[in-house]
Amino acid sequence: MEKKEYGKLVKRRASRSPALKNCLAAFFVGGGICILGQCLTELWVALGLDLKTAGTVTTIVLVFLAALLTGIGVFDRIARFAGAGTLVPVTGFANAVVSPAIDNKSEGLLLGVGAKIFTVAGPVLLFGTLAGVVWGLIYYIFTLFVR
Amino acid sequence: MGTFFLHLFWAGLVGGLFCLIAQLLIDYTALTPARILVLYVVAGVVLGALGLFTPLKNLAGAGATVPLIGFGGNIAEGVRDAVDTSGLLGVMTGPLTAAAAGTTAALVFSYLAAILFSSKPKTQ
Amino acid sequence: MQQVITLARPVGIFAYAAAGGKEEAAGPLGASLDFTDGSDRFGQKTWELSESELSHQVLALALGRANLSHKEISFLFSGDLQNQCVASSIGHLETEIPFVGIYGACSTCTEGLLLASLTLSACENSPIAAAVTTSHNSAAERQFRTPVEYGGQRPPTAQWTATAGGAFLLKKDAAGAQIVRVMVGVMKDGGISDPFNMGAAMAPAAAASISSYLSLTNTKPDDYDAIVTGDLGDEGSELLKILLKKQNIDLSKNHLDCGTLLYNLKEKDVHAGASGCGCSAAVLAAKFLPALEAGEYRKILFLSTGALMSPSSVLQGKTILGVAPVIELHAPKR
Repeated sequence: MEKKEYGKLVKRRASRSPALKNCLAAFFVGGGICILGQCLTELWVALGLDLKTAGTVTTIVLVFLAALLTGIGVFDRIARFAGAGTLVPVTGFANAVVSPAIDNKSEGLLLGVGAKIFTVAGPVLLFGTLAGVVWGLIYYIFTLFVR
Repeated sequence: MGTFFLHLFWAGLVGGLFCLIAQLLIDYTALTPARILVLYVVAGVVLGALGLFTPLKNLAGAGATVPLIGFGGNIAEGVRDAVDTSGLLGVMTGPLTAAAAGTTAALVFSYLAAILFSSKPKTQ
Repeated sequence: MQQVITLARPVGIFAYAAAGGKEEAAGPLGASLDFTDGSDRFGQKTWELSESELSHQVLALALGRANLSHKEISFLFSGDLQNQCVASSIGHLETEIPFVGIYGACSTCTEGLLLASLTLSACENSPIAAAVTTSHNSAAERQFRTPVEYGGQRPPTAQWTATAGGAFLLKKDAAGAQIVRVMVGVMKDGGISDPFNMGAAMAPAAAASISSYLSLTNTKPDDYDAIVTGDLGDEGSELLKILLKKQNIDLSKNHLDCGTLLYNLKEKDVHAGASGCGCSAAVLAAKFLPALEAGEYRKILFLSTGALMSPSSVLQGKTILGVAPVIELHAPKR
């Protein structure tokens, strides 16, 4: 059988992900995490923080929770159910940093963890920064002409 | 109290929809989760650059800031503020300053987790 | 030119042992595994050393059953999934058995038995060879995929790398299941580059090996009580049958796949089944060898299926190649 024909056969036969279930799980878990984030933010505001600072504190708390759940070995089980529901919120970013840190402890707390900590989250940080720089340049040039 | 629940509703709806779209991309395209995260952060920067992130944030609160879109949106807004105050140098200082809290928190808690916890086998 | 080698004298697998981790202990073959470790750690600090210890212990158990010490073993063919098959080298250093480290991805179990039986056949005297194969879920996840604690969903075609191992002791004319014929497999490229569909990547190699073997030996599938593949899983097994049907070879009656036997596929989140070279080794030792000895099977073809790739080759978009060596096992003579 030709490779192309075989590729088609494989694609046709491959079991599909249970998309409806996955989507519902992603929507409700992801939405739930955002609602938790909103509650936290409102709490910090009620305690006297300004909205921007409150949002930052919320991010830190969610990152902490995700790190803790990853550490005790629960995050990957939740994520298997929730899919994008835990991936897309900042919890997913946190798990992407924490999991290689724990994983590469066996190669040493200095170089093992140090060198491998961004193996998963590195692209997010790099391209977030690059996109920011590109936008900054555009905005800077824009300000030169407008002001 | 009514506005409080309204805030929660919009946070859950918008945040949930961002996750739902990502799930559709995972299940129906060849995009891997790592690529989707990159896509979301860059999309957040673009939303911020177009000035759409602030209205989204005003509507959805944590529903806009907690997903990685918000990470990108923060970067875009941070860069704009940095360029406003320090010109061209702001292009260099803006992005990571805006991403500082989330990134530093992730690094610090990761290292603590690496010290405190050890790897556990996956469960089926 | 590919050929089937008929051994001048059959080589008997006279002692063996199977081991597994937490999930394997909970699977349908759990009770048949000789030892399991609920922590998957086998008393070691790192996953890599856990696999070494698994490899070491499973051989020690097989030796103990035959009342042999490692000094009496002349060759050790041992393989695993780690880079440079270091689990085997570290695990067996202290035994001082003359050592050949082998890498055949998930085909390692059959590869080791094949090499061991050919080596023994080349000897004028009758030495003893050992063949050991292991894989470890956490060590493999780290090396080939993502950190163990990383949270993600696996697609339904994905397989679960087994934390398992098997050790086999072989000698010419010995008791136990008999290796009578062997065939080295040809690598096949099905054009699959998705590392979450290994079954599809390996099925063309398995189909090619089965079809060559049957034609070179002039036999039919019905001549064997079972044709056992290594770890094609659900997806790969179905593809194998389709590929062979196109060549008018009907495998629907007596095909079994080790990857579908190790776990409860319906109940557990393993998707398409087990994989990893330890899977076919443990299933051979826990199920097929005892069945051959009990006379439930008289003749089987056993072909572990290997998916040849590295993390770099996958990232560079290279396709995953398959290979499937074959051994023909007969029940011991009565």
